[in-house]
Amino acid sequence: MKTTGTFAEAGADLEFVDISKRFPGFTAIESLNLTIPAGSFFALLGPSGCGKTTTLRLVAGLEEPSAGRILIGGKDVTNTKSFQRPVNTVFQSYALFPHMTILENVAFGLRRRKIDDPLGKAHEALRLVELDHLAARRPAQLSGGQQQRVALARAIVNRPALLLLDEPLGALDLKLRRQMQLELKSIQTEIGLTFLHVTHDQEEAMTMADIVAVMNKGEIEQMGAPEQLYELPRTAFVANFLGQSNLFTGQVTDSTADFITVDIAGRGIVVPRTRAQRHAGEVTIGVRPEKLMLHTDAPAAGAGINILGPGRVTDVSFSGVSTSYIVHIPGLGAVTVFAQNMVFGPVVNEGAEVWVSWTVDHGFGLEDEPTPGSRFPADASTNAIAIQRRAALETELEGA
Amino acid sequence: MTAPPLETSNPSPERAAAPRPRRRFAGLGLPIYVTLALVFLLIPIAYTFVFSFNDSAKSNIAWRGFTFDKWLTVCNEPGLCEAFGNSILVGVVATALATALGTAIAIALVRYRFRFRSSISLLLFLPMATPEVVLGAGLAAQFLALGTQKGIVTVILAHTMFCISFVVVTVKARVASLDPALEEAGRDLYGSPAQVFWRITFPLLLPGILAAALLSFALSFDDFIITNFNSGAVDTFPKFIYIAAARGIPAEANVVASAVFIIAILIVVVSQVSRSARQKRLAKLG
Repeated sequence: MKTTGTFAEAGADLEFVDISKRFPGFTAIESLNLTIPAGSFFALLGPSGCGKTTTLRLVAGLEEPSAGRILIGGKDVTNTKSFQRPVNTVFQSYALFPHMTILENVAFGLRRRKIDDPLGKAHEALRLVELDHLAARRPAQLSGGQQQRVALARAIVNRPALLLLDEPLGALDLKLRRQMQLELKSIQTEIGLTFLHVTHDQEEAMTMADIVAVMNKGEIEQMGAPEQLYELPRTAFVANFLGQSNLFTGQVTDSTADFITVDIAGRGIVVPRTRAQRHAGEVTIGVRPEKLMLHTDAPAAGAGINILGPGRVTDVSFSGVSTSYIVHIPGLGAVTVFAQNMVFGPVVNEGAEVWVSWTVDHGFGLEDEPTPGSRFPADASTNAIAIQRRAALETELEGA
Repeated sequence: MTAPPLETSNPSPERAAAPRPRRRFAGLGLPIYVTLALVFLLIPIAYTFVFSFNDSAKSNIAWRGFTFDKWLTVCNEPGLCEAFGNSILVGVVATALATALGTAIAIALVRYRFRFRSSISLLLFLPMATPEVVLGAGLAAQFLALGTQKGIVTVILAHTMFCISFVVVTVKARVASLDPALEEAGRDLYGSPAQVFWRITFPLLLPGILAAALLSFALSFDDFIITNFNSGAVDTFPKFIYIAAARGIPAEANVVASAVFIIAILIVVVSQVSRSARQKRLAKLG
C-alpha cells in the first residue's frame, strides 16, 4: 500500500445474512440474521457456549462462516481477511504485545496502515484513557485495569467503523468494572463508533448497551432496549437469564379483547393481552419477584390485582437494600418475592402464612411451548462421532 | 524487652545437634561430595587448558615448561586451522538451515491441524533416539547409493538432519506457550500475515529460536561419529583430534579447545549480566 491510510468517517451498520457456523460435531450458530445500526452500543448477551464469541470472531474475520454473508456498512466482507476489515477488537485476554512498549502497542495498527504521525495519535489515544504517563512501559508492568484501558486505546486509535469488545471487563474487580463500564460508554458517545459488546454479565449489558440481544444455543432469543427486555421477556430463557422471574404454567380459560385469564392452581390469573405472546391453550406466564407484594392476611380481591396463596415462607435472606423471601404455595411450588427494606428487618419470618399479589399490568406471557425441547438435537451421525473421537485422541496424544 | 526471645532464632549448639544428627552429617558430607564431583568434572578441562601452555615437542603428555608460543602460532600445526574452519562453516550453515526449517515445522505442528501431524511429530523424535553410528552409517549408504561425492556438503546435510529434531523440540515448547490471541490481535490491527510473523510471532519466539540455534551449533561442532561416516577426505575439528590422538595430540589442539571453552563461558556470562541489568532497569521503572 503506497497511499496513506484514512480513518473511518463514522460507525457503520453491521449486517448478518443467514450466517451459520458449524464446527466438527456441533453447530455454533444456525442461520443468524441480525442488523446492528451504525453508532449504536449493541450487546450480545448469553451464557458461555451460546455462540456469542463465535459471532464476534466471525465479524473480526478470525473465523470463516460455514454459510451466509457478513456486511459492514453495506459492503460484503465475508471473503476478506481479518487485516483488511475496518474492524478492531478488544480481546478478552487483552492480547497486548509483551515485547513492545505501551506506546508501540497503541501505534501498531496505525503503522500497519501507514497513517501519518502514528506516535502523536497513539499519545492522544492514551490520553483519552488517562495512561499517557505510562507510554514507555511494557504491558507486564501494568495492572489489569490499566492493561484493559491500553487494549481499548489500541483498538479505538484506529477509528474502526466497528469496535468489537470480547468480555473485556471479565478480569476486573467490581469497582474497576463499574468505572470502566462508565468510561467505555462515555468514549462510545464521544467518538460515535458502533460498538459490539459480547458478555455473559446481564448487568453489564443492561447498563451499557442501547440494544441488547440475548443469545442462546446459536440463536437470538430476543432483542431490544434493556428496559423492554427486562419488563417484557418473550421466552423463559430471557425471563431467567435477565434477572429472575416467577413462572407459572396453566390453561387459558378466558380471553377478551384486553386480557387473557389463565388457570393457575385453581385461581384465575389475568395478563394483559398485549403483554402475552400466546392467547390460547396451555401458556406460561410470569412476574418479576420485585413486582410481588407480601400479605399476612388474605388481600381483598379486586379488578387489576392478581392474588396467589396462601403459602408458607420457607426462606428469608437479607441482602441490604432488599429482602428475598421464598414462599411455598401448595400446587405451585416456590415463588420468590423481593421486598424493599422500608422498615428494619424482615416483615415476616420463616413459617409465616402469606399471600402474594401483583398488579395485572406487571405480568407477562411467554411464547415458549410449556415443555421446550432442546433446539439442536445431538449430532449423532457416525461421521460427527468419528471426527470428535479423532480430535479427542489427538489431544490425548499431545498430552502424552 | 519484655517478650521472651524466640528460641529457634538463636539455638544453642547442643539443641541444634541433638534432634537432628543426620543434618550434621549432611552439612559436612554435601560440600565434600559436591567439591569432589566438580573437581572430577573439571579435571579434563583444566588439564586441556594448562597443557595448551606446554612447551611440547612431539607429544603433549609430559610437562616441559610454560610458553605462549602455541597460542600465538596455533595455525602452524598443519591441518588444524583448516579443520577448525570447516567445523565452524558446517556448524553455521547446518544451524541456519536446521533453525529455519525446524522453526517452521514447530509452528506448523502446534498451530495447524493436518493429515499425518501426529506421525510427523513422532518421526521427528527418531533421529534423537537412533544411535549415531546407525544414523551415520545409514546416511553414508544413502549417499553412496545416490553416487554423491562425500565432502563438506554431505556433512552439512547430515548435521542439518539431526539438528532439526532438536530445534523442533525446543521451539515447539515456546510456540505452545505463545497465546494465539497475540497473533490474532496482530491480524486484527491490520497486520498482513508476513508483518504479523516478523513483528509479533518471531520476536516472541526469538528466545526459543536462539536457544535452539545454540544447541544446534554445539551439537554440530562436536559431532564426530556421523561426520566421520559422511565427510570423505574433509576434516572437521573433532575428526582432526581423533586422527591426531593416534600419534599424540599437539598442544595447538589444546589451544583451540581452550579458546572455544573460554568463548562459550564468555557468551554465557555476558548474556546473564545483560539480563540481570535489564531486570534491574525494569524493576526500577515499575
